Amino acid sequence: MAAVHDHDIAHAHDHHPTGMMRWLTTTNHKDIGSMYLWFSFVMFLTGGVMALTIRAELFMPGIQIVNPEFFNQLTTMHGLVMVFGAIMPAFVGFANWQIPMMIGAPDMAFARMNNWSFWLLIPAALLLIASFFVPGGAAAGGWTIYPPLSVQMGMGMDMAIFALHIMGAASIMGSINIITTILNMRAPGMTLMKMPLFVWTWLITAYLLVMAMPVLAGAITMLLTDRNFGTNFFNAAGGGDPVMFQHIFWFFGHPEVYIMILPAFGIVSEIIPTFARKPLFGYSSMVYATASIAILSCIVWAHHMFSAGMPVTGQLFFMYATMLIAIPTGVKVFNWTATMWRGSMTFETPMLFAIGFIFLFTIGGFSGVICAIVPIDIQVQDTYYVIAHFHYVLVSGALFSIFGGVYYWLPKWTGHMYDETLGKTHFWLSMFFFNLAFFVQHFLGLAGMPRRVPDYALQFADFNMISSIGAFGFGFSQLLFLYVVLKCIRGGEKAPAKPWEGAKTLEWTLPSPAPYHSFETPPVVR
Amino acid sequence: MSQEAGHGHYYVPAPSTWPMVGAIALFFMGFGAAFSVNRLPLGYGLLAIGFAILVYMLFGWFGAVARESESGKFSAQVDKSFRWGMSWFIFSEVMFFAAFFGALYYMRVHTVPELADLEHKILWPDFTGGWPTAGPWITEKFMPMGPWGLPAINTLILLTSGVTVTWAHWALKLNKRGQLKLGLFLTFFLGFLFVGLQAYEYGHAYSDLNLKMTTGAYGATFYMLTGFHGFHVTLGSIMLFVIWCRVMAGHFTPENHFGFEGVAWYWHFVDVVWLGLFIFVYWLI
Ligand code: HEM
Ligand SMILES: [Cu+2]
Repeated sequence: MAAVHDHDIAHAHDHHPTGMMRWLTTTNHKDIGSMYLWFSFVMFLTGGVMALTIRAELFMPGIQIVNPEFFNQLTTMHGLVMVFGAIMPAFVGFANWQIPMMIGAPDMAFARMNNWSFWLLIPAALLLIASFFVPGGAAAGGWTIYPPLSVQMGMGMDMAIFALHIMGAASIMGSINIITTILNMRAPGMTLMKMPLFVWTWLITAYLLVMAMPVLAGAITMLLTDRNFGTNFFNAAGGGDPVMFQHIFWFFGHPEVYIMILPAFGIVSEIIPTFARKPLFGYSSMVYATASIAILSCIVWAHHMFSAGMPVTGQLFFMYATMLIAIPTGVKVFNWTATMWRGSMTFETPMLFAIGFIFLFTIGGFSGVICAIVPIDIQVQDTYYVIAHFHYVLVSGALFSIFGGVYYWLPKWTGHMYDETLGKTHFWLSMFFFNLAFFVQHFLGLAGMPRRVPDYALQFADFNMISSIGAFGFGFSQLLFLYVVLKCIRGGEKAPAKPWEGAKTLEWTLPSPAPYHSFETPPVVR
Repeated sequence: MSQEAGHGHYYVPAPSTWPMVGAIALFFMGFGAAFSVNRLPLGYGLLAIGFAILVYMLFGWFGAVARESESGKFSAQVDKSFRWGMSWFIFSEVMFFAAFFGALYYMRVHTVPELADLEHKILWPDFTGGWPTAGPWITEKFMPMGPWGLPAINTLILLTSGVTVTWAHWALKLNKRGQLKLGLFLTFFLGFLFVGLQAYEYGHAYSDLNLKMTTGAYGATFYMLTGFHGFHVTLGSIMLFVIWCRVMAGHFTPENHFGFEGVAWYWHFVDVVWLGLFIFVYWLI
């Protein structure tokens, strides 16, 4: 037996394909992780171009740049591309790179399927992008694809549906892989409660994905048959109900927003202790908070539908359940702050992003609680207030943690230190322009400006102009990020195995850059 | 290299082209499906090409895994990975069906009674609600599918097949190859029989009962749930058939037969889903 195995490992070492074939056929978690991250960045720029076109149109009242139909396609595709193309794959990229190294495993549990999960994203992305060029254009009913609009739309909607199906299948496979890796491939001695928090948050995220993605698949399948095969799931004339789609969609949709934030919590929970040079405060409460957020996230979905009509008991239930989530979330914010308390802190770029995350994510959490209050939400539903809320949690939350994570692990991935000055510049530019773009949207929303409309009344003009300037500033700052990353890949100061003196997790015991195969012999964790 | 059993011997497959082939298949299928539901000329062709590539990939990929398994590359730890993987896959399938059962529940308990309530009398004065229904605005007459004809026979068939697959599993563990072959054969035979009867039932529904996909809430949920279940039984039967072929080729040992067990789990899953269908789709009308 042993001989067979040694031979196989040697075999894999000796000739793996080079050039393009390396990436097409790879079974290596690091290769696949890199592909995920690059894919995500390309999608980030694609979705970013859409966002800037939207903001250019909204720079002034009136219709200047795009016609309203195209504007609607842009808002829809911006949402879909960012959620499914940029944020989620970025976190899967982190999972691929980091989880095997952090738990001391040789690779992911299903290395071949891992590659399939990634490559499936390509046909899905092509379907989404190509849908702009078919008759009728891309899907334009909002990323939430509510019927009846989404039933009436042209074939762009069918393409979006199939794209979502494929991405869903990819996510499910990816998640099963991650769960199995974590449950079955930890180094001896690494008990569950010794796992780095990033690994914990991904375990729970992957569970949420396996639970929620099939429900989305069911919803869009019903949409597909309503559109093309004459079923009446969402048509009252046939005894169906368009509001039912909202229920099913948000049963997926709310867990989905936690899918996009739990790994971010994980990354921040790695960065803060490292640069505060103190162990994470309240490790086990972090684990329990993550788990309870995941459980609660399954019973709050109708807070997205308060204005769709619902019995008062339903409103009360979903209001209180939603507010309950703020408790474990608060526990987390408290723990991060307590970790920094009296720590010997330094403020390298990852730490800046992590601290920025805590500040701005908390603002987003607060506006979330405000949205959860039914009488207020009846006013702000479908206004820019909601846009402000979820950009605070998704951009300055999820995305900032991604930036922080990239800076944190770049030395391990590339073997070089990134340019600290440029990294800090990237942070401050992002911080400034992000708030410029999105803070004013709170005021716009409270004053009643509806979302997903290309024109607006004159009294909204000033804030919109500010917001657009902020958006362009934010967008262009990200080119600096690209430059810093490319520069770091191509050269720079050599990174030691452990460039951050406060880092504790297993990946820092490996040389930088991490060798192609990391833990063929598992390390023993005390 | 001396490593303790399990760890360190984890089999990481060499680079493989199958994932790429699978992505190409889904590329064709995605575009093909989008084109064909919009009746564009290329649609069915693309769909067929994609499907053919997918089948090719499934054969190649599963074939590779089977060969790896038979040549003893999988340690106990890899075996455990497969078990976790299959369990979570089945869980995802449970959630997929939950969406459709949820839709059925929501329509029956919420939407249909509401459409018949006082507020809606202005719109649809004659609609009385009640299940089964095609909704307030679809007036074509239809008959519901009763439970005690074919559906009851199908229930019996599936439950029996659950017994035969367990019988085969016992045989495999005791290394009684004859009983194993017979048990598996009976199982997939019953599976295909079920699918055949289900197809016959659809014909009956369309021609005699006027029960169609377009028959409002009842027709939509009926065909969605039974259709996806039938699709899963078909897949499961094909999987059982493949396992049977592997048994005929001498694969699996009393200790090492996860391929068999995974398919058996899957089979029990479609069995349980059917019980849900029998109760909520056929019986309680
Ligand atoms: C304390 C935590 C949170 C609470 C109480 C909360 C509450 C809410 C509520 C009530 C809404 C509906 C607003 C409306 O449509 O009128 C909403 C929308 C939204 N939230 Fe949150 N939220 C929280 C955290 C998050 C997080 C962490 C994310 C993502 C990372 C997120 C993403 C979103 C998104 C994307 C929407 C808008 C969806 C849409 O209509 O397009 N939220 N939130
Ligand atoms: Cu929500």
